[in-house]
Amino acid sequence: MAEAPAPRSPLAGLADALAGARADGVTLTDRSARARFNLRIDPKDVEALTAAGAILGGSLPRTPNTAATTVNGKILLWLGPDEWLVTGPAEEGAQLDDTLRGRLDGRHHALTDVSAMYATLALSGPRAREVLMKGCRLDLHPRAFKPNTCVQTALAKANVILHQTDDTPSYEITVRNSFSVYLATWLLDAMAEYRQG
Amino acid sequence: MLWIDCPWCGARPESEFRYGGEAHIARPDPATTDDAGWGDYLFMRSNPKGVHAERWMHREGCRRWFNALRDTVSNDVLTIYPMGTPRPDAPGDEAEGG
Ligand SMILES: [Zn+2]
Repeated sequence: MAEAPAPRSPLAGLADALAGARADGVTLTDRSARARFNLRIDPKDVEALTAAGAILGGSLPRTPNTAATTVNGKILLWLGPDEWLVTGPAEEGAQLDDTLRGRLDGRHHALTDVSAMYATLALSGPRAREVLMKGCRLDLHPRAFKPNTCVQTALAKANVILHQTDDTPSYEITVRNSFSVYLATWLLDAMAEYRQG
Repeated sequence: MLWIDCPWCGARPESEFRYGGEAHIARPDPATTDDAGWGDYLFMRSNPKGVHAERWMHREGCRRWFNALRDTVSNDVLTIYPMGTPRPDAPGDEAEGG
């Protein structure tokens, strides 16, 4: 049997530009290689929520605009009242798919592998908030936007899932593949003014 | 910029939303509706100067639909309420059918 082709980041063509973008106080990194699942469960079905939580190592967040990191290293992003994006290391994707599907079998749910649908960019550093503010209409001030805040909004007119991961501040920006090169290029341009020399 | 309160995500800029037209327009049964009735359903809207019940969808956010009462004069969103529930009262709202 032919071997499956190795996954390739939609941002592979920008690898040199990303590596060279060592701006003062902010970095941009390609974190596209990741397992991602869109999971939908009726929030009234407590048993299904509990079953999924047991596999994932933590409860699916029920508060809008939040994310949770589980003891298993899964990141659970709230997308809607009955919808989440479950992410984890790329190499755990197949196993996560099997176990979740097995555990939820017979229950009303939808589990869709969307690993190859998105690219993820990590923007980190003391200047990261300022970079985002150039293209995001939401209030990113720490009083309103904290670690584990996760919103779906527009960044430079591209539809993104924006997740703050720590106080540095660091953000993970998940965007559809087809917008990823545009958005990464926009971010590199927005970072340019902080570059030294 | 107009801010709209998504029932799930909270206050978000209008540009994140899709307008869905007038709310509470029931689709008649095509088998028992004449052309005039069908034309009313497709084309006739209340188009008020004042409070208007309408549908919105948070397109760039949670992608959920909801209803809103908006004043077409001031462009203020007066209240939001779930789809499938009756039109609530709003200050200065004149009762109208549908
Ligand atoms: Zn929303």
